[in-house]
Amino acid sequence: MISLTDFLIVGAILFCVGLYMIVSKQNAIQVLIGIELMLNAAILNLVAFGKYDRFNNGGQMFALFAIVLAAATTAVALAIILNVYKQYKTINPGEIDKLRD
Amino acid sequence: MSLVQFLFYLMALIAVTSAVFVASTKNLVRSIFMFFITLFALAGLYVLALADFVAITQIVIYVGGILVLILFAFMLSGKETLNAIGGQKGRFININKMPALLLSGLFLIVLVNMMFKIDANNLVWIKKAIVTKNIVMPNSQTTENIGINLMTKYLLPFEAISVLLMIALIGSAHLSRKGKGV
Repeated sequence: MISLTDFLIVGAILFCVGLYMIVSKQNAIQVLIGIELMLNAAILNLVAFGKYDRFNNGGQMFALFAIVLAAATTAVALAIILNVYKQYKTINPGEIDKLRD
Repeated sequence: MSLVQFLFYLMALIAVTSAVFVASTKNLVRSIFMFFITLFALAGLYVLALADFVAITQIVIYVGGILVLILFAFMLSGKETLNAIGGQKGRFININKMPALLLSGLFLIVLVNMMFKIDANNLVWIKKAIVTKNIVMPNSQTTENIGINLMTKYLLPFEAISVLLMIALIGSAHLSRKGKGV
């Protein structure tokens, strides 16, 4: 059997890679990918613990909800990114410093 | 070492290396395509955690939906972004990246330390689940159980999420419509 700690450590590494991407990248799409990585690390933990809940399926259920939420987030975020690109001709989060014109 | 363990370590290795590659490469398109591999390896990990339905959902929604959407947005956002990415020269360990590297490294140390301290295999509720046989076995039918639970115990979150998806749909359609400013 695979121990829970192994799953948790893989999740921790993926989470930290996502954190690194969010903090350091100069491109909104890469920041978004970092967010997706962090979400996936969280989902991995949910699924790993969900193995010990056969009757209620709590872990797997909320993993599914998290996946759907990630899809919704990505759709809205990409629409916003495209709009920002139209306005500013750049998607570097460091250069977008005005709310309107 | 059993086959399951071997597969687990293989999948974990693939997921972690491709994630690091995604974070470190300069080429954005290449990083998006490597992200495919990360997601597939994660789906394999979900299968090894005996959550086959979540793994299929991961492949359908993440790989089929989200990544294609990201590729779309990237291709639509024009050539300047590509040039901007090519412009940031430098080695992997760049002095500008140092704070981010430090932050994530220290956070990783904290997380891993905590995970060894918590000793997840000996938590009280997990031991209780093992004693009461409340544990998913490789031959148990999870998908129909998920369906039944979704329609009974988790009906309220399910409905809430359907409303939220509707809001997201309307919001993104509103944001991306043509016409005078937002």
